[in-house]
Amino acid sequence: MRALLIIWYRDLLRFLRNRLRIVSSLLQPLFWLLLFGTGISGSLRFSGGQGTLGNFNYTEFLFPGVLGMTVLFTSLFSAISVVRDREFGFLKAILVAPVSRVYLGLGKILGGATVSTIQGFLILVLLPLVGVKLRLNFIILFPLVFLVAVMISALGLLISAQIKTTEGFQMIMQFITFPMFMLSGALFPLTNLPLWMDILSKINPATYGIDLLRQTTFRLLGLPDAVRQAFAITLFGKPVSIMTDILIIFVFGTIVTIIAAKIFARQEK
Amino acid sequence: MNYTETVFCINEKMNIIEVKNLTKKYAHLTAVNSVNFNVQDGEMFAFLGPNGAGKTTTIKILTTLLSPTSGTATINGFDVCQQTDEVRGSFGIVFQDPSLDDKLTAEENLRFQGWLYNIPAKELKERIPMLLEMFELKDRAKDLVEQFSGGMKRRLEVARGLLHKPKILFLDEPTIGLDPQTRNKIWEYLRGLKQKEHLTIFYTTHYMDEAEFADKVIIIDHGKIIANGTPAELKTQTNQTTLNDVFLFLTGKDIREVNISTPEKMKGSFGH
Repeated sequence: MRALLIIWYRDLLRFLRNRLRIVSSLLQPLFWLLLFGTGISGSLRFSGGQGTLGNFNYTEFLFPGVLGMTVLFTSLFSAISVVRDREFGFLKAILVAPVSRVYLGLGKILGGATVSTIQGFLILVLLPLVGVKLRLNFIILFPLVFLVAVMISALGLLISAQIKTTEGFQMIMQFITFPMFMLSGALFPLTNLPLWMDILSKINPATYGIDLLRQTTFRLLGLPDAVRQAFAITLFGKPVSIMTDILIIFVFGTIVTIIAAKIFARQEK
Repeated sequence: MNYTETVFCINEKMNIIEVKNLTKKYAHLTAVNSVNFNVQDGEMFAFLGPNGAGKTTTIKILTTLLSPTSGTATINGFDVCQQTDEVRGSFGIVFQDPSLDDKLTAEENLRFQGWLYNIPAKELKERIPMLLEMFELKDRAKDLVEQFSGGMKRRLEVARGLLHKPKILFLDEPTIGLDPQTRNKIWEYLRGLKQKEHLTIFYTTHYMDEAEFADKVIIIDHGKIIANGTPAELKTQTNQTTLNDVFLFLTGKDIREVNISTPEKMKGSFGH
């Protein structure tokens, strides 16, 4: 347990000390919201795509997606710290200490998840810039963001536990993050997809994270239920509720966390 | 009868490291091949051998980073495979490659170590400044390690290895790449600690002058121990005047082609 707190604290300390990383990681979501969001909004209006959903704002749709994207990218890439620690030798110094290696792994997961949640919080601050009003009830999003972040961080640790070089890590992550992001529904609703893409998107754990954040955000924004249901994902023909999302993320997250911590603990140097 | 024997054993110098038939095999190579040796409590023990001889693999097994294919090893009376926590608490280590967190200060690196080894806060507060002082790093305590020179980093690593008052300190080529002044200084500290605190020092080195002051020397080659004794004994046995000559006499003058595809090197180059 002690090991968990130490590793968590170290990751947090390193994050807070790296101001450049904080600023640069805010730029990407800002570009998505400001440039991509505004651009797509315009073209949707152009094609007259408002119909039954009234004057629905694409930026409001995109924002939870970008929030989820930030969590996805930050959590997966924070696992690089394990690989970097291995390259820089610090990992050995931790592995010879008389502490439980399972807790070291859990500390890594929680460290990554905490950093992701902080990044998510910073994105909220950007919202007024893209015309979405900040609401106090957005606080409710944080436990949910953290839940999603733990699941993705565990996935990151699972991948990084066996990788020896940062180059290798980056290459593998390219293959994982981008499809995960594209298939998660962060940018577009996962409706009317061809079967193969529908199946892939439903296997993607990030899909449920995005859906959870989006459905919750729509509620917090006070959007009509019709809008929320129109964009909610379906599983075996039934719309997925917020509770189902939470359940799926919790179960999947727990399984991945246990496996990742075990694999991390078993590694040989 | 049995009882008196036991007492007799305790009065004898205790073996703080016992290695029996230790073997580590990889797919195409036996890195450590049925190695046997003992290290007595408080000894300065030099573990020598050409590159790729099996030194680092042996240290990794003794420090719980690798598990052996067969054989046993005990550290401070604890089995390295079964009682890992007790073993880990018994030793400090300075690795062959740097292992500090560059983005933390010298003091923070020590503090993290203290937390990992569960040193009480009060004791930590005393020991960190004391060690920083001893290794002449006190005025750089609050600087990030990335700003340190190679010699300063090494001194900090030795300080870190000693923080939890281990019984044994492992040093894997601790003075590689350091200037003679720093080398001299580091050995001065270590010899002082051996005398004052009865610390057992287990080290590898390629500088044979650093092996001259060892109590005991072992030379390993191709995973097997080829010599074992005091520096004086080894010189007499081989009829040589310096350990450097002994070493060359026993291991030959050919340069070792350490093939990058051998598992140990692969672990080495990708592993840190």
